[in-house]
Amino acid sequence: MNLILFTFIVLLGFTSYYFGRKKAYTIQSTKKRLTALPQFYGYYLAIWCAIPAFIIFSLWAIFEPTIVKLLILSDYSNQGYLDDELNLLYEKSKALSRGQFTGEITPLIEASAEKYLSLRSIAQSSKVVIVLSAIIASVAYAYKRISSNSRTREPVEKFLNAVLFTASLAAILTTVGIVFSLIFQTIDFFKVIPLFDFVFGTHWYPAKAFVRDSSEALDPTMYSDTFGAVPIFAGTFFIAFIAMCVAIPIGLMSGIYLAEYASTKVRQYAKPLIEILAGIPTVVYGFFAALTVGPFLKELGTSMGLEVSAESALAAGGVMGIMIIPFISSLSDDVITSVPQSLRDGSYAMGATKSETIKRVIFPAALPGIVGSILLGVSRAIGETMIVVMASGLAANLTLNPLESTSTITAQIVVILIGDQAFGDPKTQAAFALGMSLFLVTLCLNIVALRVVKKYREKYE
Amino acid sequence: MIKIKAKDVDVFYGKKQALFNISLDIEENQVTALIGPSGCGKSTFLRCLNRMNDVIDICSVKGEILINDFNINDKSCDVVRLREKIGMVFQKPNPFPKTLYENVSYGPTIHGMAQSKQEMDEIVENSLKKAALWEEVKDRLHEPGTGLSGGQQQRLCIARAISVRPEVILMDEPCSALDPIATAQIEELIDELKKEHTIIIVTHSMAQAARVSQNTGFFHLGQLIEHGSTDKIFKNPDNKKTQDYITGRFG
Repeated sequence: MNLILFTFIVLLGFTSYYFGRKKAYTIQSTKKRLTALPQFYGYYLAIWCAIPAFIIFSLWAIFEPTIVKLLILSDYSNQGYLDDELNLLYEKSKALSRGQFTGEITPLIEASAEKYLSLRSIAQSSKVVIVLSAIIASVAYAYKRISSNSRTREPVEKFLNAVLFTASLAAILTTVGIVFSLIFQTIDFFKVIPLFDFVFGTHWYPAKAFVRDSSEALDPTMYSDTFGAVPIFAGTFFIAFIAMCVAIPIGLMSGIYLAEYASTKVRQYAKPLIEILAGIPTVVYGFFAALTVGPFLKELGTSMGLEVSAESALAAGGVMGIMIIPFISSLSDDVITSVPQSLRDGSYAMGATKSETIKRVIFPAALPGIVGSILLGVSRAIGETMIVVMASGLAANLTLNPLESTSTITAQIVVILIGDQAFGDPKTQAAFALGMSLFLVTLCLNIVALRVVKKYREKYE
Repeated sequence: MIKIKAKDVDVFYGKKQALFNISLDIEENQVTALIGPSGCGKSTFLRCLNRMNDVIDICSVKGEILINDFNINDKSCDVVRLREKIGMVFQKPNPFPKTLYENVSYGPTIHGMAQSKQEMDEIVENSLKKAALWEEVKDRLHEPGTGLSGGQQQRLCIARAISVRPEVILMDEPCSALDPIATAQIEELIDELKKEHTIIIVTHSMAQAARVSQNTGFFHLGQLIEHGSTDKIFKNPDNKKTQDYITGRFG
């Protein structure tokens, strides 16, 4: 029903565009000069059609359920029911009217379901009537108003401005919303677990929290020594460090090769091939690390007399590094290519060789972009989940030995949130606290990166 | 004395021939101007003289270019040494994204010309003085070269070029991006520099060619139409095309 109405409104929009333009042509044919191109008159009318429709639709979406609920429950409100019971009754009758009700059907529910259906259909038909009459009224009003010297171009441009603004606002508000949901859960978590224990504790053992009987009252003392995040922070940075040790040299060197040394033909094939690496799903990297690299390292280590865990930080970090190579190589290739040819010419004309030119002129000029690409790689490494979950184990060891298994923030969030979860439980909230810290870390990283890049730009541009 | 002798130089960009059979002698310690309409090949010829055309993949150069009687198109020619001897200044000022000091010390560093910091300081100071920039920048040698004005940047590029004491300086329309005052400064500088260097300048401005040069070559459609002393080319050219171009009838 809504879909049909919506299609109809879109058709109305097109029609009003057509009429607006037609009126503009009619005015034009009387040798009057228009203030805008004819299609602006069309757009103007179409906007007059879209705005009332949008307003009424959103008002309906906001108020219809509340009003319907109020009307249904008003019958029973004086009969001594509790609020919770009334809510339940409303939900049950809603379910029944949609045919999804599974419980026992009482006459009361049946009656209210019937009422619900009839109210809904009244609401629907009144919505149709109101929307259509509002649209027709506003379009007719606007149609009458447009004349040879009415302004149509400015309102259309303003409308576009507003639409684009709304789009960017949506992205920003989503971020803000996510941050807020993290903040509140995190605060709840720290009400039970002291911040100090979380930041400086060296034991991470959330499995302990699984054993709690949820009917028992919450006892904060049983969580001491459970949520100490040091091992997983250390693990996160350690694995990211290993990954960057692989990704930065290889990525940067292949980027320089592609940009400066490779012939057009080699570049044409090599660049997409390297970028294929970026298209492999991380879960594939994950089992590559877990089933190929991990056991290989273990065997290699054993043959050299080293003790290597099958799930090691080295395997996860190394494979993660390979995953990040294309980001760094492709971005630094772009940055290096965009260094002006005049700088290269200047350097060659001084008698500099290719490698001198790259080292002394091109690299410094491209550095802000290269730093940017590296930091992008770092935040990928810190946020990467699948490879770590599959290849580095889930036990949060506090170790700097790359041959042992460690765990990361992201992997622990997965561990915590897989399976049954209860909201309001410290175990679940720990995930939010971890998410919050991850967010803070990447935020700081980005701020630092922007500062560095900006400072460098100021100096050299 | 003849410094550079070009013999039958042909240049191709892929299959397209850009220069046809150019033969031109360039006098030592004089300014030679190359003039001609856009796309006539004068810049291409200039870039042959320090083998900058090597940088362009599809470009190939045939013929002999003798500098001090040595053919620079010969396989035995070391491009690094050649470019140390032949400096170049470009159309758009292109200082490196480094400090003023590093810009000027760039050439001496890569050619290992200074044994100590003190020696390098001297080279930098002398080059900047010769480029008539020293007084303006001596207090901010360690600020980025890109912060200078256009005219100052171009003089910085000239200082960079002369820091390695080249025998020849090639200038590819060095004033086309500058205002009249900066242009006048550069022209004065060119006059000064010719005492120690041989200068070849490509220019669009005939007035500039007349002001700064002793010899002029006129290029048209990839051919050297006429060359000789600037006086003769401007007052009494042999070729009708030269006359037409000089008097502004085409170009």
